[in-house]
Amino acid sequence: MALYSEKVMDHFRNPRNVGVIEDADGVGEVGNAKCGDIMKMYLKIEDGIITDAKFETFGCGSAIASSSMATELIKGRPVSEALQLTNKAVAEALDGLPAHKIHCSVLAEEAIKNALDDYYARHPDIAREE
Amino acid sequence: MIIYADNAATTPMSEAAIRAMTPYLRECCGNPSSLYALGQAAREALDSARERIARCINAEPRSIIFTSGGSESDNQAILSAAANGKAKGKTHVITTSIEHHAVLHTAKKLQKQGFDVTYLPVGENGIVDINELEKAIRPDTCLVSVMTANNEIGTIQPVAQIGELCKERGVCFHTDAVQAVGHLPVDVAAQKIDMLSASAHKFHGPKGVGFLYAARGVKLVPLIEGGAQERNLRAGTENVAGIAAMAAALEESVANMHKNAKKLTRLRDKLIRGLSLIPHSALNGDAEKRLPSNVNFCFEGIEGESLLLLLDDKGISASSGSACTSGSLDPSHVLLAIGRPHAVAHGSLRLSLGEDANDEEVEYIISAVSEVVAYLRGFSPVWRDLNSGKGKFIL
Repeated sequence: MALYSEKVMDHFRNPRNVGVIEDADGVGEVGNAKCGDIMKMYLKIEDGIITDAKFETFGCGSAIASSSMATELIKGRPVSEALQLTNKAVAEALDGLPAHKIHCSVLAEEAIKNALDDYYARHPDIAREE
Repeated sequence: MIIYADNAATTPMSEAAIRAMTPYLRECCGNPSSLYALGQAAREALDSARERIARCINAEPRSIIFTSGGSESDNQAILSAAANGKAKGKTHVITTSIEHHAVLHTAKKLQKQGFDVTYLPVGENGIVDINELEKAIRPDTCLVSVMTANNEIGTIQPVAQIGELCKERGVCFHTDAVQAVGHLPVDVAAQKIDMLSASAHKFHGPKGVGFLYAARGVKLVPLIEGGAQERNLRAGTENVAGIAAMAAALEESVANMHKNAKKLTRLRDKLIRGLSLIPHSALNGDAEKRLPSNVNFCFEGIEGESLLLLLDDKGISASSGSACTSGSLDPSHVLLAIGRPHAVAHGSLRLSLGEDANDEEVEYIISAVSEVVAYLRGFSPVWRDLNSGKGKFIL
């Protein structure tokens, strides 16, 4: 069996939503270069809906694929749903990750939560929906 | 284009090796320990292989014992020297911080048994300082184990000088020559080597077979108990076909060594020049004292596994010292030992050329690596921070 599923390879080779949102409403960054993975997520949020999501990732194949899949899963969804996104959902959407790569999906979940924390911090008037 | 550039990991078998192997797979299937003609023919194959292999490293045939490969040879060499030392009350071992895990993990095992192990540092160029080694030798030192050439960064250690020093000080000298045998001149007598490990699949022989050289007077301790094979030093029916193939592969590699080294050194240096043009990149290891086939680079701002996967898509097989490719959390201990910080070590690439490499392939590799590195940097937050001044370039 190959190291990665077809889906992981597809999202690695053709990552969706790569890039930067200059006027993002929330930006999250997790991981550190020492461990070999950094994910940065940019979110555009209008009326409680994530209208756009982009990412930049320094990391292995599964880190890039997890970032790509995570942005796909939350794009167009309400913030309340994005807050519920689990690493498991990211890994499942990728048809699974090897055991030693599960942490990549965890980083993707954390990057999104981190970006949403930033969004709430910038908008203290908006009540957090959890 | 399909380019296999991971010859330090393993090599394809040579035609000569395959030809030498096949008779012992079926027609001449005898057990070398059997008395009948078929068994004795297998025995003769072993004897002949032992003589020819010994000649390739200027050793006596009886000093060669066949093993399953480099790791077993390393384990047996180190554990034997440790046992010999302990019998004389000597429990200090010296090795280096850039050894293969077969050596490092065996040294760790000795530490658990009460041995004191010194891990010599290496300079930025990945080479052991002979003066540091001299200072590290103590009256209770029973073994110095320094590899001939490094598997990751290809650096060649001053083996003859180390051999000379160890001889003077009466310390047993083992060298893991897995990357060197068949590629660099090895002369155990001239280099004063007491024990040497080698593996067939690194010089176009089969996987799962290797040898350990142990000079006369160096007592070996068996790792595997059983029959009387290999003068009671390595039990188990001999891998006759593999051993015959190993001998043929080694003879051919040694016969073509000079020619291959000359050709590969030129291609290696061309590859190094080409990859050096990538901004914020650096060659790992010494530029000259390195294996003719080995190129190892760090590229700042990217991670090695994604680089490898994309190179694979372009038909290039290579390897990396990134944590993600090793299954551990830390990047290559060798890159850390030569002073590369973690973040930079994650972005490493090892290309090890085969003897059939050519200019066109080298040019293709340079353009493919340049393209993939630029692509990955294009969405790397680390690269963004470096360029915006938020981070500091190291390379």
